[in-house]
Amino acid sequence: MRIFIQQLIFGIQLGSLYALIALGYTMVYGVLSLINFAHGDVYMVGAYIGFYACTYWLPFQRLSADPHATVMNIILAVVVLLLSMLLCGVLGVVIERFAYRPLRNGLGITDAHFWGFAIALPVAFHFHLFHRLSDGAGRFLFGIMWFLLIGMIVGYALRPVIRWISLRTVLSPSRLNALITAIGVSLLLENGGWLVFGPNPEFIGTMVPEKNFKILGGVIINSSQLAILVISLLLMLILRHIVLYTRTGKAMRAISHDIDAAKMMGINTDQVISVTFAIGGALAGAGGMMVGVLTHVQITPLFGLLPGIKAFVAAVIGGPGNIPGAVLGGIIMGVAEAFVGGSSFSTYRDAIAFTILIIILLVRPAGLLGRNVTEKV
Amino acid sequence: MKGTYMLATGILAVSLVLCGYGCRSHGVKIGGPGGLQEIPVGDFSSLTGDTATFGTSTHNGLALAIEQANAAGGVKNLPIKLYTEDDQSMPDVARTVVTKLITEDHVIAVVGEVASTRSLAAAPICQQYKIPMITPASTNPAVTQKGDYIFRTCFTDDFQAAVMAHFAHDQGYKRVAVFKDIRNDYSIGIAKIFEAEFTKLGGTITGEQTYQEGDTDFKAQLNTLKGQNPDAVLIPGYYSEVGTIARQAREIGLNVPLLGCDGWDSPKLIQAAGNALNGCYFSDHYFSKDIKDPAMQKFFADYKAKYGYTPDALAALGFDAGNLLVDALKRAKSLTPSDLRDALATTKDFPGITGKITIDANRNARKAAIIMKIVGEKKVLYKVYTPEEIDQ
Repeated sequence: MRIFIQQLIFGIQLGSLYALIALGYTMVYGVLSLINFAHGDVYMVGAYIGFYACTYWLPFQRLSADPHATVMNIILAVVVLLLSMLLCGVLGVVIERFAYRPLRNGLGITDAHFWGFAIALPVAFHFHLFHRLSDGAGRFLFGIMWFLLIGMIVGYALRPVIRWISLRTVLSPSRLNALITAIGVSLLLENGGWLVFGPNPEFIGTMVPEKNFKILGGVIINSSQLAILVISLLLMLILRHIVLYTRTGKAMRAISHDIDAAKMMGINTDQVISVTFAIGGALAGAGGMMVGVLTHVQITPLFGLLPGIKAFVAAVIGGPGNIPGAVLGGIIMGVAEAFVGGSSFSTYRDAIAFTILIIILLVRPAGLLGRNVTEKV
Repeated sequence: MKGTYMLATGILAVSLVLCGYGCRSHGVKIGGPGGLQEIPVGDFSSLTGDTATFGTSTHNGLALAIEQANAAGGVKNLPIKLYTEDDQSMPDVARTVVTKLITEDHVIAVVGEVASTRSLAAAPICQQYKIPMITPASTNPAVTQKGDYIFRTCFTDDFQAAVMAHFAHDQGYKRVAVFKDIRNDYSIGIAKIFEAEFTKLGGTITGEQTYQEGDTDFKAQLNTLKGQNPDAVLIPGYYSEVGTIARQAREIGLNVPLLGCDGWDSPKLIQAAGNALNGCYFSDHYFSKDIKDPAMQKFFADYKAKYGYTPDALAALGFDAGNLLVDALKRAKSLTPSDLRDALATTKDFPGITGKITIDANRNARKAAIIMKIVGEKKVLYKVYTPEEIDQ
């Protein structure tokens, strides 16, 4: 019984993390019917921001008996969490603005500059202009400045080309194009991660004090696990408030219902979609930061791959586009993984998680909480 | 808007020119066969990636050995040139870079890899081209079974696992649980031999759980192991996961000693584990600052002088592999791969710093192992096991 409750607690804690990432998937799917495969990699970036902030950027002190230092570290950890959320939110918006929006609205003149940067990236890499953050902030910054300069110049050169293309293309918004672009962005972030962060795994040391609490006859809860659970729940409640009780939330729900009608009613759809990506990115960033800083796992540029896939599965189980469904799906995935992982079938824990997906989709093709919608063709 | 953008471009261009920061020129690699100006030797190591500290250590040790040999006049009046390739801790890349070393750099011997998976990937290629390969630290028995050109200068997993079984028995542990990496040949091999040996010595294996390289959450498996009330848990994995496992074990209140093998030996282990590994033990190659042997103390001093930090056991193994290669090159009738192979195969009582190396009929070395104890955030020598003690 003790083991059962203990596994259940691990499962819920793991599930709350999956839920946090799954929310980003499901919100984007809701407004754009797009599976944003780059989402798991935003989670990875969140963990790296946590690593750099804890190790280099902020004055964390070595944990000691000094209560003042402990309190300072906890405050700084909250700052790191907010920083991670902010930067990952911005990353989400940038991905949407430059990768997905041109597919919806066609190329504009500003896109010339984006493609300028895209071309400058391999050029700068070829001439060894980039340096890793660990080589020193100065060298890293110089590399970025060279890259920006090349990108701007190429961008200017591209402007007539883009104008020529945009005048001659007929826009055919296709879900498949957007999906393939999402996979491309994911590959860009992963391989860009090798470039910027370096391929060596990083660890974040103990930044906040940890303590084990005993409850219910032997069941142990660790303070870090508790913090992950509480912060995840808090973020989900904030999200619920935004979606249900604010104007932006109302606009999001309207777009998810019918994007063309929403546009005709005067809703600035591009802006609302940007906000959706910002919220999704911030949630993923918070998840990545908490896993990196509070559970001390090794962080690599492929850190987001498996959690990303599992969160995607969680979103599908709950019903894509359905926010409570994503939370439910995340918890189901987490609990299933914990119970299978603790049994003698621990080798098969990923296989069983995906088997659950297949069974649920066979019984309820729209997901557990999803509604079957007939599309008019 | 357009004006500011132009202005930004201008400022950026001017500032970069003023700083005078140009691209670094990268040295052009001069290589190729080019007669016999030097003796080309290949080295493939995991300098980056998951197990980066492994490859960095063996590479540094090897480079030090080659440097000292060249300073002493080289071999047959020729300097040795070391061609180094990074395999990024990936078996596929190891295969590619070893092919490059042999076909493009025309090396006459290859030294490489710590991880058995990568050595197993490279060995068939060396065997195919008939180029001798020396693995300084791959302990999986299958590596040298790939062919008669593959040599090993450390002990095997069979021996290491038997040492851990004897050690667990000697410590008075009656019930031991096993937590292994299901995707790692090294981990599976040790777990199997340990279980057989420990049961033979009268102990009980309470249960076995598995994880995979790259996993981040081990609490479910650890909780099940905790329910079996073991006296100790054997984790024959690599440092990259062991640190996290140890932390999570303490988090869920699994406070028994954890046992490991030479895969734990990395400066990053303590960084990853914090003080969670206090009071744990792992078997390692015969190498420690606590061993008062002049050759070993000299190696410590030389290594520290060259690289600025204290070497680990893998660095010493790389150093020994390098010296053994130099010795074989000196004894070889000519500088061809087949003569070098014959010289390596007849190595007897070579005085390495990690023990006397005699290459046996299976091209393996038989050497003593030590048990290291982790005290706080330090590793200290705890016990030594010789092959003779284990054979009894």
